[in-house]
Amino acid sequence: MVMSNEIIKTKATSQSLTMIQAITDGLKTMLDSDQNTIIMGEDVGRNGGVFRATDGLQETFGEKRVIDTPLSEAGFVGTAVGMALAGLKPVVEIQFLGFIYPAFEQIATHVTRMRMRTLGQYHIPMVIRAPYGAGVRSPEIHSESVEALFTHLPGIKVVCPSNAYDAKGLLLAAVDDPDPVLFLEPMRLYRGSREEVPTGDYRIEIGKGTRVQEGNDVTIFAWGAMIPLVMKVSEQMKKDGISCDVIDLRSLYPLDRDLIADSVQKTGRVVIVHEGHETGGLGSEIISIINDTSFLYLKAPVEKVTGFDVPVPLFSLENDYLPSTERVETAIRKAYTF
Amino acid sequence: MESYPLYQMIDENGEWVNKSYEEEFNEEKVKEFYYHMLRIRTYDQKGVALQRQGRIGTYVPFPGHEGAQVGSALALSENDWMFPTYRDHGASLTFGADLDRMLLHWNGRIEGCLPSKEKRIMPASIPIATHLPHATGAAIAEVYKGTDNAAIAYFGDGATSEGDFHEGLNIASVFKAPVVFFNQNNGYAISLPIEKQMNSETIAQKAVAYGIPGVRVDGMDVFAVHYAVKEALERARKGQGPTLIEAVVIRFGAHTTADDPSKYRDQEEINRQKEAKDPLLRLKKHLQFRGFWSEEWVESIQSDIRKEIEAAVEKMENAPAANTDDMFDHVFREPTWTISRQKEQLGLIGGNR
Repeated sequence: MVMSNEIIKTKATSQSLTMIQAITDGLKTMLDSDQNTIIMGEDVGRNGGVFRATDGLQETFGEKRVIDTPLSEAGFVGTAVGMALAGLKPVVEIQFLGFIYPAFEQIATHVTRMRMRTLGQYHIPMVIRAPYGAGVRSPEIHSESVEALFTHLPGIKVVCPSNAYDAKGLLLAAVDDPDPVLFLEPMRLYRGSREEVPTGDYRIEIGKGTRVQEGNDVTIFAWGAMIPLVMKVSEQMKKDGISCDVIDLRSLYPLDRDLIADSVQKTGRVVIVHEGHETGGLGSEIISIINDTSFLYLKAPVEKVTGFDVPVPLFSLENDYLPSTERVETAIRKAYTF
Repeated sequence: MESYPLYQMIDENGEWVNKSYEEEFNEEKVKEFYYHMLRIRTYDQKGVALQRQGRIGTYVPFPGHEGAQVGSALALSENDWMFPTYRDHGASLTFGADLDRMLLHWNGRIEGCLPSKEKRIMPASIPIATHLPHATGAAIAEVYKGTDNAAIAYFGDGATSEGDFHEGLNIASVFKAPVVFFNQNNGYAISLPIEKQMNSETIAQKAVAYGIPGVRVDGMDVFAVHYAVKEALERARKGQGPTLIEAVVIRFGAHTTADDPSKYRDQEEINRQKEAKDPLLRLKKHLQFRGFWSEEWVESIQSDIRKEIEAAVEKMENAPAANTDDMFDHVFREPTWTISRQKEQLGLIGGNR
């Protein structure tokens, strides 16, 4: 095994990986390059994580660096705070975003505030990884998309990749970041597709979005699991001569204000798609940025397609809860024909 | 320190360890236990099969827990409260939950969370240990209302690591709430073995910290479980406060149908223990030992159980399609304008189906 890994490392500069494999590869790269990094969470060690994100890492790096914790989210996030104070870089896994709430107090009252409270003397270079989102027939509370609860909290950055390449690059950037980062993993995209992912180290800058499709008529802002959906719809729209400028924001706090303004000032028409609940969702914050930067460029009211203001239902209704191709298409046409 | 020996009434061969309750556990009672244990095991086997066939979603099996779940559920009184987890559907079904609704729950239907109209059985709590304070609160409310109803909360070994475990037990002990904290210690929280979960030797001993009784029973001995829960309920109704019961069991199978236990434990060793300790097999031996066993009786209850389960599966599969109104109409008694507007928009455009 070691032999074949070595060969890959020296011979190949990239490999074809799913998103979950890219995350594992990123964690491995991190553990290889920085002795102060450790992984903690429930079932992350011997079991390799319930999604296999940490598969094989405890075997390779030992129980001191890949730690199975008791079933205690407040406990291990709080423990990670102490470790970070003492100079380690903990990467903790919350098994599903819906189970983060016991740790919310630690995040809201300590993780996010330590730097300010100590006027910069201490800081918390912690990464919290959490699978999120609906659409895979999970049990109740396993399908939440509550990124807005965290983008609202001052003191923590929030990122969310939509593909394997971005996942590894953003993860390594999050590990590198001197401040806490919530790293949201769209579980629906874990194994959906493969792409070329560079071996070794590379970073994607936190705070920068990316244009995944160039277009002139309507801007679509989305992230995470919504990207394949909006790409599908924007392909369909091409047949009707509507070209969409699709922006994968991927950094949810801070948002890429320049890229948002750049696209809106080009198209003047905007659709925002997110799977989190509508009220207080990130869509409203994006509209606020558009208002500040590009108000006079708008040719139509900004459209939002979001999850509803209801608890994510059990899976028989989850596809009705989620933004659909029909809802996205309707919003694009509405913006286009206004 | 006080010690917490494992309390048994029958041994692995089905013979008496403590014969004092022979009269109470008469033929009718013993057969009632066996019937319910066979019923929930048959249901469980069906659940796993339905999941494998793609007819329901992720399923949580409970073999090994039947004695603990049946023994505890049958100790409850009609109006007591039950706060189960996702692995306690055997206890819920035994206490009186509707079989077809239970299957609807595994099929991703909100209707599956609907409690039975006759019994106070709450929908399974998914986030670990979060329902322990609820049981405490329901119990305190029953005292306030002047009833002698009690509450039982089910939870696993991993749950004792969550803050809500401490908070639920502490408040219950302060207010002498009539609640039974019923722990099924199967030794694994998904993959984590108990020795990595806690440094204490037993779960029962944690009761000391709250100044309440802690009892440790063989959870695969239905009599021992039943007796311990009954005794705890009696104390509760007398105003003597909560009890922590640790029922030691083995989870024979996976955490859920999405889990592969061979990743983290020797499944062959578990299978060997299963042969020796299976609560159903043990009760069968006991029935034989007391001369209560007959093949005709077992065949007849088995056949009734299969019919009941098949009928419930049919009902689950023929249920009308999930209604999108259900996700909008019950967030509040009166929907807010945002919800009404969203419901209307979905009606105009349609969802993903």
